[in-house]
Amino acid sequence: MEYDVIIVGGGPGGYTAALYAARAGLSALVLEMLGPGGQMATTNNIENYPGFDEPVDGFDLAQKMQNGAHRAGARTAYEEVTGLELAASPKLVHTRKNTYRAKAVILAMGASPRQLGLPEEDALRGRGVTYCATCDGMMYRGKVVAVNGGGNSAAEDALVLAKICEKVYIIHRRDTLRADRAYLAPLEKAGNVEFVWNSRVAGLEYGDKLTGVTLEDVKTGQRRSLPVEGLFIAIGRKPETALVEGQVALTPGGYVDAGEDTRTSLPGVFAVGDIREKPLRQIVTAAADGAVAAKMAQEYVAGMA
Amino acid sequence: MAIIQADNNNFKAEVLDSAQPVLVDFWAPWCGYCRRLAPVLDRMDAAGTAYKIVKVNVDDAPALAERYGVDTIPALFYFREGRHGDALIAPGSQDAIEEWVAAQR
Repeated sequence: MEYDVIIVGGGPGGYTAALYAARAGLSALVLEMLGPGGQMATTNNIENYPGFDEPVDGFDLAQKMQNGAHRAGARTAYEEVTGLELAASPKLVHTRKNTYRAKAVILAMGASPRQLGLPEEDALRGRGVTYCATCDGMMYRGKVVAVNGGGNSAAEDALVLAKICEKVYIIHRRDTLRADRAYLAPLEKAGNVEFVWNSRVAGLEYGDKLTGVTLEDVKTGQRRSLPVEGLFIAIGRKPETALVEGQVALTPGGYVDAGEDTRTSLPGVFAVGDIREKPLRQIVTAAADGAVAAKMAQEYVAGMA
Repeated sequence: MAIIQADNNNFKAEVLDSAQPVLVDFWAPWCGYCRRLAPVLDRMDAAGTAYKIVKVNVDDAPALAERYGVDTIPALFYFREGRHGDALIAPGSQDAIEEWVAAQR
């Protein structure tokens, strides 16, 4: 199965690339391992994507983006990509079931929540350790929980949880939030949110489930125990670059090194959305990348003929 | 085969006493990742499976969620003759679900 362009990942960047590529007359396949939308699909209210009177549901927007790309002629295969041979000609995309060939490849794998890296973290996932307050918050109704992190995601999580939980600690390694100032007043007004500054989560305490966290004061090194039933980790995101490491250049921060033209270090390979080094990771910037990458892929494919 | 919704009233009949193995999805309408998973299960069901698929809305059946220790959703369990192994929490892909199911046998 050979396509002009294969797009790895079906988030807003991937489906915008598919839309533009298909409209440019290229055969385009999106390989998506779950369903359209990526991180966007689990966001209930999107208020910063232009063109909508009311906040838009990320899941619905994802369906619309996919429908639009399909209407233009792009296809989707729900398969998990297990390997990429990007320097080959044609480029090879291996999934668990098939091998696809492509003239050009657009990397749109996005990002996923960063983990703390503690040994018990995976084992306690689903038993007190979670990465998604809007997903799991209701499970901790009336309980004492902590959010780890100081950015917008952490602040949003804490606000969601403050409405559900008895008490919410915000554990942050600095003495002030990195989040937009707009979050501060509602957090202070919530009444059940307590900041734990200059601290990092050094350990997880548990029996069958999480019972608390071991905090370390980053200045003094002093440790103490904080009893919580839930730990919501919101310490940023990590680009999904495992498939391309050693094939395309990455930045020191671990993102794919590609500029606004989305070109990577390999000809015919483009990177869009959260996986790419860029100043602002938003749906609208991912979509913009997709349009540019499709144009670049079109030029590349035309040049091969 | 259509996906069946189960709660306390029919869980025993549909899952525990089922002659066929059962893939149970604990979910809730407010859970974003559960919504992402729903079309995946629909696709698997439409393609045909050797097991039936049952969904349990934890809001409607908190006792079931409690009994099976579900505190993160989506959580998948594979039941054979009323017994189940470890849950699969928030799987990342359809392939991951199918491989997990294969390993349950």
